[in-house]
Amino acid sequence: MSKFNLVTKGIFKENPIFVLLLGMCPTLGTTTSAINGMGMGLATMFVLIMSNMVISAIAGFVPAKVRIPSFIVVIAAFVTVLQFLMQAFTPGLYETLGLFIPLIVVNCIVLGRAEAFASKNGVVDSALDGIGIGLGFTAALTVLGMVRELLGSASIFGIKLIDGDGILVFVLAPGAFIALGYLLVLFNKLKSKIS
Amino acid sequence: MAKESTLKNMVVTLTLITLIASSVLGGVYAITKEPIDAAKTAKTNNAISKVVPEFDNDPSADKFIKELDEKSYVVYPAKRGDEIVGYAVESYTSGGFGGRILLMVGFNADGTINNTAVLSHAETPGLGDKMVEGKSDFSVQFKGKNPADFKLLVKKDGGDVDAITASTITSRAFCDAVTTAWEVYNLCAGETQTEKKEGTNE
Amino acid sequence: MEYILIIISAVFVNNILLSQFLGVCPFLGVSNKVSTAAGMAGAVTFVMAVATLATYMIQNYVLVPLGIEFMQTIAFILVIAGLVQMVEIILKKVSPSLYQALGIYLPLITTNCAVLGVAIIVVSKEFTFGGDPHLLNLAQSVVFAIANALGFGLAMILFAGLREQLELANVPKPFKGMPIALVTAGILALSFMGFAGLV
Repeated sequence: MSKFNLVTKGIFKENPIFVLLLGMCPTLGTTTSAINGMGMGLATMFVLIMSNMVISAIAGFVPAKVRIPSFIVVIAAFVTVLQFLMQAFTPGLYETLGLFIPLIVVNCIVLGRAEAFASKNGVVDSALDGIGIGLGFTAALTVLGMVRELLGSASIFGIKLIDGDGILVFVLAPGAFIALGYLLVLFNKLKSKIS
Repeated sequence: MAKESTLKNMVVTLTLITLIASSVLGGVYAITKEPIDAAKTAKTNNAISKVVPEFDNDPSADKFIKELDEKSYVVYPAKRGDEIVGYAVESYTSGGFGGRILLMVGFNADGTINNTAVLSHAETPGLGDKMVEGKSDFSVQFKGKNPADFKLLVKKDGGDVDAITASTITSRAFCDAVTTAWEVYNLCAGETQTEKKEGTNE
Repeated sequence: MEYILIIISAVFVNNILLSQFLGVCPFLGVSNKVSTAAGMAGAVTFVMAVATLATYMIQNYVLVPLGIEFMQTIAFILVIAGLVQMVEIILKKVSPSLYQALGIYLPLITTNCAVLGVAIIVVSKEFTFGGDPHLLNLAQSVVFAIANALGFGLAMILFAGLREQLELANVPKPFKGMPIALVTAGILALSFMGFAGLV
């Protein structure tokens, strides 16, 4: 697989949300607006790239039976680094995303990529894979956030489009499930058209 | 690729990784501690300068604690020269829909509310979070009002405050926190008035 | 009284799955049948209660006294991972029949964000049950964990029941599988919103 493909496959063909259906908790929990979705996506991407690189570097030394715990420690360390950085430089976003930042540790996508890709490939390829999957995740979260913000508060990226309230339910919990369900339908339609 | 697992190398590897991870974290913690504290102070300072009239002192340095009903509240005095131009009171209520709401309420020297700022809350986006300035006109109605003649209760409860549509609980909680701030302010203002012998608080 | 408030709040009002989105992966993944959903719910209840007990003690008797609260994420996830392994081993020895029923779900629980989520909420969030904001004490924490697990189980089993019915329904092709499941979950979440304001 070419280097370019490594990055692009995560965006469409192996999109973690729309195709693999992984990492649903932050996807549903943080996408009340486009900005929040994007922030969560970028935060996860940071952890994904860093942990992929370190794990691909150490995978050769780690005995098979403690592989998962070792990987989890590496991921948790980067999540904590991310927590510090966000508290220092983007405190507002850190507060909005709240609990979902430490929960990146248990995001199936991060551990999944560590297991399925980083532990078997080189450092550079693993970094590219992290970028690709991270971008796919960010794109999916941003799109879902945009849809929910547009329908729920009649604005996009915080810019009010129509005066007045939106359909509030899309900002609330049920709207997250429903919006993602319909986005999946669109994505499936699109995919069957292309192939 | 993966090595054979023996008890010894398993323990050694896991310990080693944990040790490296924790020392790296300790390092990053030490480096980011200062910016994190700075970010927190900046947030408080921003809220203060938003809610009180222009000042030239450092309210965070002059802050003091006031006790009311056995709870303590932080008060930031805003001064121009030696004259006190207002107080910012950090007030809270646990009556919000999503729990605790933390408010910074600023008073002018004459006891009117200059402005309010929400420091933290867990209200529902699109409903209760309209109390945040800029998201709706709810918080604007408090500006320039003196709680002595502006009843800090929602209209449903016989007060003067227009509640946020469909968020009466949040509106009530907001009023409750502002009322607390007003009571704390009165404690402070009472002191300065005795100093000056004559009060301006009407 | 406070315990009752905690339980009602966690099971209905702030349902961990339908309003907080913690543990959605197993919610969507292993909810095809009521029996598997019940098995998962049982395993989660057990692990969540024990894990919260352990992480609460770690936080208050190790991390805070040593001033290394920043190790929270690493410490908690290691404890949970270790605990899940231990539960698996013990269960295998002590009660093979229970292991048969819950065993296959146990490895999945390490990465169930509901478990880590509840562990973090318990030590960091201030609650306002019955008055002033305060952190939960040990007993309340465990009750809170169990109540959340019950809420998780309730939502899982309801949802699995709905999905069993969906199997028989005539669903438009692009909606088949996950999309219709998500829309169903949305409607379920909508009905749980009716509990809002109860506590």
